[in-house]
Amino acid sequence: MSGRVLVGVKRVIDYAVKIRVKPDNSGVVTDGVKHSMNPFCEIAVEEAVKLKEKKLIKEVVAVSCGPQQSQETIRTALAMGADRGIHVEVSGKDYETLGPLQVSKILAALAKKEDAQLIILGKQAIDDDCNQTGQMTAALLDWPQGTFASEVSMDGAQVKVVREIDGGLETIKINTPAVLTADLRLNTPRYATLPNIMKAKKKKIANVKPADLGVDLTSRLEVLRVDEPPQRQAGMKVETVEDLVEKLRDTGMV
Amino acid sequence: MLLRKVSQTSSLSVCGSILRNPAVLSGAPRPAAIVLAVPGGRLYASQAAQAVLDKPAAVGSDVASKVEKKAVAAESKSFAVNMFKGQIATTQVFPFPKALNDEQEQFLQELVGPVSKFFEEVNDPAKNDALEKVEDHTMEGLKEMGAFGLQVPADLGGLGLSNTQYARLVEIVGSHDLGVGITLGAHQSIGFKGILLFGNKAQKEKYLPKLATGEHIAAFCLTEPASGSDAASIKTTAVLSPCGKFYTMNGSKIWISNGGLAEIFTVFAKTPTKDPKTGEMKDKITAFIVERSFGGVSHGPPETKMGIKASNTAEVYFEDVRVPADCVLGEVGGGFKVAMNILNNGRFGMAAALAGTMKGVMSKAIDHAANRTQFGNKIHTYGAIQEKVARMTMLQYVTESMAYMISGNMDSGATDFQIEAAISKIFASEAAWTVTDESIQVMGGMGFMKGSGVERVMRDLRIFRIFEGTNDILRLFVALNGFQNAGNHLKSLQKALKNPIGNAGLLAGELTKRAKRKAGLSTGLTLQGSIHPELAQSGDLTVKAIEQFGAVIEELLVKHGKKIIDEQFVLKRVADCAIDLYAMVVVLSRASRSLSQGQASAQHEKMLCDTWCMEAHDRVMRDVQLLRSTQSKRLFNNMRSISAAVVENGGVVAPHPLGF
Repeated sequence: MSGRVLVGVKRVIDYAVKIRVKPDNSGVVTDGVKHSMNPFCEIAVEEAVKLKEKKLIKEVVAVSCGPQQSQETIRTALAMGADRGIHVEVSGKDYETLGPLQVSKILAALAKKEDAQLIILGKQAIDDDCNQTGQMTAALLDWPQGTFASEVSMDGAQVKVVREIDGGLETIKINTPAVLTADLRLNTPRYATLPNIMKAKKKKIANVKPADLGVDLTSRLEVLRVDEPPQRQAGMKVETVEDLVEKLRDTGMV
Repeated sequence: MLLRKVSQTSSLSVCGSILRNPAVLSGAPRPAAIVLAVPGGRLYASQAAQAVLDKPAAVGSDVASKVEKKAVAAESKSFAVNMFKGQIATTQVFPFPKALNDEQEQFLQELVGPVSKFFEEVNDPAKNDALEKVEDHTMEGLKEMGAFGLQVPADLGGLGLSNTQYARLVEIVGSHDLGVGITLGAHQSIGFKGILLFGNKAQKEKYLPKLATGEHIAAFCLTEPASGSDAASIKTTAVLSPCGKFYTMNGSKIWISNGGLAEIFTVFAKTPTKDPKTGEMKDKITAFIVERSFGGVSHGPPETKMGIKASNTAEVYFEDVRVPADCVLGEVGGGFKVAMNILNNGRFGMAAALAGTMKGVMSKAIDHAANRTQFGNKIHTYGAIQEKVARMTMLQYVTESMAYMISGNMDSGATDFQIEAAISKIFASEAAWTVTDESIQVMGGMGFMKGSGVERVMRDLRIFRIFEGTNDILRLFVALNGFQNAGNHLKSLQKALKNPIGNAGLLAGELTKRAKRKAGLSTGLTLQGSIHPELAQSGDLTVKAIEQFGAVIEELLVKHGKKIIDEQFVLKRVADCAIDLYAMVVVLSRASRSLSQGQASAQHEKMLCDTWCMEAHDRVMRDVQLLRSTQSKRLFNNMRSISAAVVENGGVVAPHPLGF
């Protein structure tokens, strides 16, 4: 086994920013807005680095698909302990329509090229909330998947994953190579220390184009319109249950 | 006018002799004892004056050699220095310095995130304040983060940040927790800065690595019970052993930040030294690196303070401490210069931190003003609140601009920034106090409550006007330094007068300049070409103010001669003008840059700049007028008398209105 783990990291608008829709309703405002690594991707990186520190795997490779600025996100992963990075350059219109299908094709191609033993991703991105990339990647590679992981442990060539599901927790054992997606309680990501950021400057980030991987980026989706959620209307207080039923009938809800 | 004054040779020769000292001009080493002793005069002002004459050196290890060069630069590039001569030197102020190359900028951007995150999520300022110490896990986190060695070179275990990069990070610390800010600042901005600036290779390699990781904490030990502002009067002694291998140190220092935590101390002590020329023994200050492990070093309990409670402040005692001779920092007898250089070098950090502090409290006040409804409207719609918010914004803008202009100048290799650094410290500490005070006011009762976190900042801020050179002393420093440079300029004119024909051109120019100034006409000074055309009006106000300022400086020099040193009422107002003028120029520079770059905020910044310049111009003109008027003398004399009477009485003199 190569002992190599691929970790996908996505550059998203920072969770604390107040999102605003562009005046032409074509999307949200991203210019000049603070961006950072998707929180679930941070958890994924942390898990990979932990596995390396436990000597269960040998190398952590951070991957990001996007424009020039994605390199900042890769560097954050390097500062957290990843060994090297791969920046898949996607910009302009292609970047606007980049979604889970395209990314999973890219990750699948890279996994084969890098002979990865594990792919760890965040369960979803906080900008599109798709929750699809991990699953699609596994399907394209025909690899087992352990999604919504809240606990991961290696057992030889197998991985034991405790998954958070609607009913509670489910424990599964899957063969490697496999795809895992990190959920909130998997771990607490470490703070990148300044000396590590400095050391990260020396780590390599390779540049790759999707075409080099034989990936077609055409999107099957077209965004028609983006709107802000409707303003929350004021509520009404009623005195009795009868009043409530009457109001519900009046507004046509019952 | 100039020719007439020539005939009264006494005045010019007096002003020429104000600060005349052959040793100073020839750059020869001078004794530490003050040179400016006015016959029968006091030495209290001498510190400021001495600091003035000891030209601080640039950051670098060849400082010792630079320190001995001419104390008065022939052509200083400093804006402040030239402003006192009524001239405008644009090199250091226009355009606004771009101090970071692409790589440094990118690196810095990567650092900002983690540092901010740490202070938002891990550091608990309220807890630190209540415990009166920085929580243990926070200290550990800061050490791991690398926060203790920001400017230590990377090959010695630090981050090797430039001044501008350092400023950006301390801005974050300042906006969250000044107690932690002082703990870090006392350690690296002054505690071991001496080793960075004056240490030899061996000293750097021995001490810096452990200081960078925070394994060892550092402290700066200058102040003693009887020596605060009067730093040259310290009594701690270090006597060289007969074998010459070590010094024995005795003395006690008070109010030492990190005194209870530090392992490495930069200590200033009096060493008996032989004057090379006269052969007599004189006590001069020497700087030492003292390790707690030398034995004999102890400290007192932590002081209970009004603010920055999380920072440890303690007395430090030295009892027969054996300090190896190779622990001398810089030159034997050159300690005063070392101290002043260290303080001068770290001053920009304070302005940067406080710019961050102001942003922090302002966001709370603004949030309150935007959401609080009274009398049917949000309170930010009322003029009273609008004025407060606008003034806060301008003060913060000026402070931030000063901080990054100075750090930019320092990074570009400027060596002449001591006046500007002092100005920035005075301005930043007073602006932050005002901004926080007004923020509490905007927030009303909520501002007064502990929970809002603003009252803590207010308490933390009070010390900033006191330590690292009280604002009062620094004002004297700014004024006296300016007078010295102006005086030397006049001295050179006096020389020119001795050969009027050979210097006809120069003299004619000076004559015309003064005539124009007297007539209220422009002397040809202009900022056109340096500033964006949209700021022309503010530029004009600034130029007018500089012209009048230059004139009044000359008049004061002629009027008072070397006795100007004692005229503290005058010096304070001169300093206030200098501060306002530097502030005007700094915002002109920054706003110009924004306009030239077509920034989205450019018009807003133009408004900040214009508004600031309008008010600053009026303040300067008013002070200049006061300084010229005969009324000022009466005013100052009255104050002198009032003070004397009250001090003699040990309290107010006027009896109670009720008679008892």
